[in-house]
Amino acid sequence: MTDLDAMDRALLRALAEDAARPAADLGRELGLSQPATWRRIKRLRDIGALKGRRLDLDAAALGFGVTVFLGVKLASRGRASLEDFERAVCAIREVQTVEHVLGLYDYRLRVVARDLEDFERVLRRRIMTLPGIGPVEANVLLSEERLPGPL
Amino acid sequence: MQDDTDRRLLRLLQEAPDLSTAELAERAGLTAMRCARRLARLQDAGVLRGSRAVIDWKALGFEVAVSLRVTLDKTQPRAFDEFLARAREVAEVIEIQTFLGRVDVRLQLVARDLDHYRVVYRERILALPHIADIESLMTVSVVKSDEKLPL
Repeated sequence: MTDLDAMDRALLRALAEDAARPAADLGRELGLSQPATWRRIKRLRDIGALKGRRLDLDAAALGFGVTVFLGVKLASRGRASLEDFERAVCAIREVQTVEHVLGLYDYRLRVVARDLEDFERVLRRRIMTLPGIGPVEANVLLSEERLPGPL
Repeated sequence: MQDDTDRRLLRLLQEAPDLSTAELAERAGLTAMRCARRLARLQDAGVLRGSRAVIDWKALGFEVAVSLRVTLDKTQPRAFDEFLARAREVAEVIEIQTFLGRVDVRLQLVARDLDHYRVVYRERILALPHIADIESLMTVSVVKSDEKLPL
């Protein structure tokens, strides 16, 4: 475990909200000088705690009205089939997240689509044709919130 | 409404969220001023909300990630609200989603190790109100997580 102090945690929390905040601005809020803020952010990057940034877009405003979480079971196993499946599923543009999991399903996917009709097209033509695919369970996203977590 | 140039800008920015406006303008084949004006318009319209730092929980010593899929007791009219309010208070919960489907709510949880997970699960999660059923998927590996939109 990396030794983070309260200041590091406050910085992570602030940057998770808004990654574009200038160091001077952050420092003022936390009572740090700009160089000290910079040093801390650089260290958080160096130890891998800060792993880049992600654009925060309004998916619905851009025409992506539907997000679906899929639980996927593979019909066939073995290392080769996992690799084939992962390569093929990652290439689908509508698939935003792919996690290999342990439990009721083998993979957890997050899929975006324009509407339910578009989702059905992606499911039938792209997902259900993946190598090794077995039973799939779909849950349509209604709301989502991200929390700061144990910081 | 966005045009092709807006979508191109957002596509480029999704690939490289750290780009400066000048670099982005060059890649998009726009003058810096026109590029800045378009970005400001996308921000004003709420399409481009900003950017968020991605936190690597593993690097912070949280080795275990679990997706908890919860079914609620819907005979209780306030089941959703009460469950969600209490789930937000669990520090280890980093995402909450609600669904239309077999699963009602999903909690994404991080823990330092399996012992820590067991404590959080027994003492905090199982103490949440109105749970009818709960399934867990433990993350083995994250194969894709960029959450990009297929613009």
